[in-house]
Amino acid sequence: MRKDVAFGQYYPVDSFVHRTDPRTKLLFLIAYIVALFCCKTGWGMALCALGLLTVILLAKLPLKLVVRSVRGVVFLLVFTGILNLFFYRGEGEALISWKFIHIYKEGIFYTIYLMSRLFLLVMSSAVLTLTTTPIALTDGLESLLTPLKYIRFPVHELALIMSIALRFIPTLMDETERIINAQKARGADFESGNVFKRIKAIIPILIPLLISAFRRAEELGDAMDARCYSGSSIRTKYKKLRFTYRDVCAFFFMAILMTGVFLFNSYGAALSALCVQGWNALLGLFGAV
Amino acid sequence: MDMQETESVAVRFENVKFKYDQNSRYALNNVSFSVKEGEFVALIGHNGSGKSTTARLINGLLEATSGKITVFGKDVSDKKNLFEVRKSAGIVFQNPDNQMVSSIVEDDVAFGPENIGVPREEIGERIEWALSVVGMTAYRNSSPARLSGGQKQRIAIAGVLAIKPKILILDESTAMLDPKGRKEIMDVVLRLNKEEKMTVIMITHFMEEALLADRTVVLNRGKIVLEGEPQDIFKNSELLETYNLSLPGIGYICKQLQKNGMAIRDCLYPEELAEEIASLLQEES
Repeated sequence: MRKDVAFGQYYPVDSFVHRTDPRTKLLFLIAYIVALFCCKTGWGMALCALGLLTVILLAKLPLKLVVRSVRGVVFLLVFTGILNLFFYRGEGEALISWKFIHIYKEGIFYTIYLMSRLFLLVMSSAVLTLTTTPIALTDGLESLLTPLKYIRFPVHELALIMSIALRFIPTLMDETERIINAQKARGADFESGNVFKRIKAIIPILIPLLISAFRRAEELGDAMDARCYSGSSIRTKYKKLRFTYRDVCAFFFMAILMTGVFLFNSYGAALSALCVQGWNALLGLFGAV
Repeated sequence: MDMQETESVAVRFENVKFKYDQNSRYALNNVSFSVKEGEFVALIGHNGSGKSTTARLINGLLEATSGKITVFGKDVSDKKNLFEVRKSAGIVFQNPDNQMVSSIVEDDVAFGPENIGVPREEIGERIEWALSVVGMTAYRNSSPARLSGGQKQRIAIAGVLAIKPKILILDESTAMLDPKGRKEIMDVVLRLNKEEKMTVIMITHFMEEALLADRTVVLNRGKIVLEGEPQDIFKNSELLETYNLSLPGIGYICKQLQKNGMAIRDCLYPEELAEEIASLLQEES
């Protein structure tokens, strides 16, 4: 099922989120990332996580699948986290001091923040690609970038290039497989030897692939010319994206989330204090009993 | 009189010469022919005979070195006519994989109409119509990557049809297909020619396909060497051989039977050959 790669990691189920306009989803993701980075309190972070969880449930995505998307960057995230933990200089006494490593209380908090921020960031991007086909994403991007046409930015051309690239991924994958088989049939060895040997073995695959890609591009150009492509202004567009009630819901959802994050930013400390007070009072109550 | 003639002639070549670059030989050397509206013409010839060059000259992908090419009376060399010419003459190429721009069938068929500025609602109707003509309606939302060669090529035809051209040019469009795919394409092409009265120019190296045309033009080294009804063309088997062309399968079998002493007439169609053999056997018994 190599051909499925063309659809990225798209998870094909029918859900509220899948049917939401790709433009909304793109804007939603941008807003969500902004919210993540503006967030200064644990409350806000929890709210963001809750928001993402709601979207994942609405999208009928298996939680495992979303978490798995982090796998690729997990090393990077942990590495960043450890560096932060070791080198963050807080106020007051360090909890642990060993040679050049000093761990502060603030450092621990900050690291937890940073890690959850990055994890949520990666996972939210994954939700976008899991619920949206690449072609829908391209359409969405084209539509969102339309205003740039006024400053002569080639929006349509860019979108066409992207959609053609997507279209040719499975074709070129098949081609690669054919070339590999052809080279193997002539005794090429891709599986043994050290790293340099293996990299060198890729060259006889890459060169035919490149040549074939150019040949294909030329033929495609002719075929596009023959089908009256001129990139001119009379061009119409068949597929039109439409906002529905889903998009209105999504915007409200985002608005609530953002408001929540900013409210927590301003009043989170007070809320925490209140909680601590409440907790102490509760303990006191039990203590009295 | 003159006016009427230009109306009924779809494509006309007048003393057309073409070479790919200054130093090479002429790919087309003084070629003149015309295709009537509604006609089904097959262009055959050995590799390098100039068949594909002819197709590309018709809709202005290549420009003739000298001579004149007109499509429905419009001069192709005039850049102002190019758009109109391409609208009225659509080409389907050899490799279906290299003619598609989108990973969704519907979007790919829409590409042509979008380019010529057809309003949105009408594009939907055209997609519907084009896909039904090639019998691919069920695949409207599929990805071309999952289709067979014959199906992909039918989508490519639909993509050209959606522009509503008057002339359909097939540039070896069946060359990369298996027998089943070839038959699918031929059925569609014949239907378009008979039912939609579409002018068809088919470039092929399958003699069986050339046999289905109204007229066959044989090219050799850039020149037209034979022209006429396919039945007449394939009578000259010795001559065809000198142009590196063979007879259709049935014609070849027939020739071999004659060589072995069977007294039958020249045949090109299976039914014809069967009849000949049957009557011969009856006579003997």
